[in-house]
This record gives sequence, C-alpha cells and structure tokens, in this order.
Amino acid sequence: MIEIKDLNKTYQTSAGAIVALDNINLTISDGEIFGIIGLSGAGKSTLVRCINLLERPTKGDVVLDGKSLMQLPQKELLKTRQSIGMIFQNFNLLEQRNVLQNVCYPMEIAGIKKDEARERAMELLQLVGLADRQKSYPSQLSGGQKQRVAIARALATKPKYLLCDEATSALDPNTTQSILELLKEINKTMGVTIVVITHEMRVIDQICDRVAVIDSSQIAEVGYVSDVFTSPQSEIAKELILPKARPIDKITGEHRVRIVFDGEDSYKPIISNLILECQVPVNILYADTEDIDGTAYGHMIIQLPDDEHQANRVLHYLQSSGITYSKEV
Amino acid sequence: MFSEMFYKLWENGIIQAGVWETIYMTVLSTLFAYLIGMPLGLILSVTDESGIHPLPWLNRILGTLVNVFRSIPFIILMVAMLPVAKFVVGVSLGNKAMIVTLVIAAAPYVARMVESSIKEVNAGVIEAAQAMGTGSFKLVYKVLIPEAKPSLITNAVISTVTILGYSAMAGIIGGTGLGQIAITYGYQRYNDDIIWVCVILTIIIVQIIQVAGTRIANKTDRRIN
Repeated sequence: MIEIKDLNKTYQTSAGAIVALDNINLTISDGEIFGIIGLSGAGKSTLVRCINLLERPTKGDVVLDGKSLMQLPQKELLKTRQSIGMIFQNFNLLEQRNVLQNVCYPMEIAGIKKDEARERAMELLQLVGLADRQKSYPSQLSGGQKQRVAIARALATKPKYLLCDEATSALDPNTTQSILELLKEINKTMGVTIVVITHEMRVIDQICDRVAVIDSSQIAEVGYVSDVFTSPQSEIAKELILPKARPIDKITGEHRVRIVFDGEDSYKPIISNLILECQVPVNILYADTEDIDGTAYGHMIIQLPDDEHQANRVLHYLQSSGITYSKEV
Repeated sequence: MFSEMFYKLWENGIIQAGVWETIYMTVLSTLFAYLIGMPLGLILSVTDESGIHPLPWLNRILGTLVNVFRSIPFIILMVAMLPVAKFVVGVSLGNKAMIVTLVIAAAPYVARMVESSIKEVNAGVIEAAQAMGTGSFKLVYKVLIPEAKPSLITNAVISTVTILGYSAMAGIIGGTGLGQIAITYGYQRYNDDIIWVCVILTIIIVQIIQVAGTRIANKTDRRIN
C-alpha cells in the first residue's frame, strides 16, 4: 500500500517559489491500477517522482507498506527503490547496452548473480514478446518495442509497484493499446500494483480501477473510474472527459444524453439501432470516438426530442441494451 | 629540390627520429593528461548544480582552478612550469620535462572535455538508473562513462591533436620532435623546405589520429550500428 500524506513540493526559482504539489493525500491499495490524470503542468509528473523520492517532497511523507520513505537513510532508500519499478515516456533505455543487458541492469545493481539475472531477463523478454531481440540495441527498436524492454527492465527485480510516467504518450494508438494490455496482464498475473500517470482519459478508462484527477497542484477528485467517467464532479474532470464539449452549453435542449463507449464493438451500429428501435429522431451534438482494433472508445452527446414520452423511450432502450450513459444537465 | 641541410638531416635519421619523438611526447602526455583530467572532469560534472551529486563549493574551487590554468597561454605556462618539471622528473630540459609541462597545460583542457561529454548523457537515462536504486558511485561507472563513451573518444581525439600542437611549441624551450627540427634547422637557418616537411609530416600524423579515432568512436557507438 502506498500512502501519500500531506505532500507538498515547492521549487525555489529566481522568480520566487513555485508550488508544484499542494497538500496531496492519496492511498493506493495493493493490486490495483491507479490512474493520476491531469493537464500538463498540473504536477502529476512531480507527484509520481515523489513516490520513489526521485524528487524530495518539501513537506509530508510517502509511506510504503507502513515504512516512511522520508525517514530512510540513503542506502535503505536505494534498496527500497528496487521494489518500485518505473517506466517513462521516453523509455530511457541505456543506449550503449543491448536489450538483454538493459534488462540485466537493475539486477546488477541489486547484486543478483549474472547467470540468474540472464535467466530472469530472458523470461521477462519472453513475457513482453521480445526474446528474439535480446542482442538488439535500443536504436534498432521501435517505440513500442523500447517500452516493452523498459517494462521488462522495470520488472526485473520483482517489484511490488510499477510507476508509469506518461508511458504511452509517445506511442501511436495501436501501440498504446498493446502496451496497456501488457500492463493489465502484468497487474493480473503478477499482482503488481500499477500507478499510471497520463493526460489521456482513454488510458485511464481502459486499464485503471481508480483515478485521481489533479489540477493546479491539487487533487480535484478521486474515485472509481466508472463513477468519475460517467458523472465527473470537478470542472477539470469534466474538461478532461469532454475536452471540446464546452460550446454545447450554448446549444440548449431539454434532454441531452452522453453515451460512453468503453470497449463496445465498433461494428455495432448503436445509434442506428436506437433510432430504428425507438422510432425517435435524435440529434448528435458532439462525438469523439475512436476505433482501436474493432473496439470503440470515447463518447457522444445526443439530443433527444423535447417530448417526455419519446425521451424516456430512448433512455429505457439505452438501459436495457446495457449501454453506459448519463444525463447531461 | 631540397636543401643540403635537409639531406643531411634525413641521412642522419634526425627527421625520422623527430616523428617518433613527437608521437611519443603526444601519446605519453595525453595519457597522463587523462589520468589527471578524467577524474577532474568527472568530479566537475558530478558536483555541478545539475549533476548527480551537487557540491557547489568543490565545484567552484575546481572550476576556478581549471579556468586559471586554461587562461594562461601555453607558451608562458610552459616556461612557468619548468621548476615544477624539475621537481617532478629532476630535469628542466628535454622531453621528460616537456611531458610534465604538457600534462599540466592539457589536464584542465581534458577535464573540460570530459565534463562536457558526461553532461551530454541523457538526463532521462540517469533518472531511470536512479529510480532503479543506483547510487552515485555506480551511476558514474555503470551509466555515465559507458553512455558517454563515444563522445569521450571523440573528445580524446581532439585533445590528442591539441596536445600534438602544444608539443611542437616545446621545441622552443628544449623539447625535441618535429617542432624543434622546424625551428632550429628550418626557421633559424632559413631552410623553408625543412619547415614545410615538418608541417606536412605533422598533418599526416594528425590525419591518422583523427581518422582512426573517429572510426573507433563510431564503431563503439551503439546508437549508430
């Protein structure tokens, strides 16, 4: 369990003090995938670096399994870091080492015997699907492959936790998808607790159990992804979920419904079926959907007729066909 | 085509010996300059404000010291350091003494070269290594030096060529080598051909060092192959 307690981080610059984190309190349970989302500059990268003390908080503490990291002497802290894997947006592989040597690196630091380390590294490369590239150098790999090597490397010392700092932000949608699936698999099969930092709602939506929304150095909202996604409370969460939906406020209409696509079949004509089934005209006000390998992600806002009866018919249809939706006010 | 003096020098093997003396002085001086400059450069980069182990006071002291030595023109530093040479090797004349002055002049230069190579190492890679629990000392020899290797080699070639240039000047105060031959037999006795032969031989040596060095740097750089 990771407990972040009253965490503050202030940077002293020539232009005065800059508050990067303001009184952050979070508890991340064992075995979950916890997302932290925010716009760039919100402080999410600083927050994740405070978890393994790559950045030392100005105030507050990080408690890992009951052990206060701020109290640990340097040597102990280095040892503790071996139980917290980390992957990055830019992969950060050692460029002068090949794939196998990269995965072996953390085990060299941890003092694991060479043969044992190689064996474990090969197992991990097998897991991430790159066993045949063990002799390649990072410059010969694609972005997705580099991130897979980075994941294998992060898991080498059998960490209990894995921190992902914008791990998919430099990747294309299909590669993002496969990396997210790999993370989910690791979480399920190895029981690794994963903390995901991202600015993309899709990443949160796809793999996280719970999410914290961070805005101007503070936590704006924490909750289960399904709850936050269907009924965001804070302004920032609404903005992140409906990035371009602002102008809709001006288009008034009595009944508006937001339909959430989180893994439905892309080929299922949901709106057509709805219209045919209910015999009711609907107006699409906003749509932001994406097809990833035949699966639909995103959301759509539709306007229903002002007639109560007709509107209710649509709502009923949505409910009965198991489509996630929420009424827009 | 050549002057009488040239044939005399050539037949007595003086020019040939000059080539070897130049190479010998350059290689030995570079080696010792790195022995001092490499740790100095590492300390400078590590203790820098943005380094992996900031120590502002040490950084400032060493930085100032390096700057002082680097500001003195070599020809003046060389003369000023002769007493030091006498103290270290017992003589203030000849190649041994010259190597001492060359090392003193080149080490601060090498330190800056090493510092800049180390600072080129991707900050993200350093951060990743720290996240895996690497302490400062291991970070230096397991990450910083191996990752900076191609740049270190490239800069070593530049340093070697610079030291070769310095070694020619040593001819003025009692060193030997191509520089000394050019000055005493060429310049002072009005034999332009000897000056040119020395110049061309120096160009050839520099070319060989440069081409070989670049090839080694490229061959070891895993970002290219």
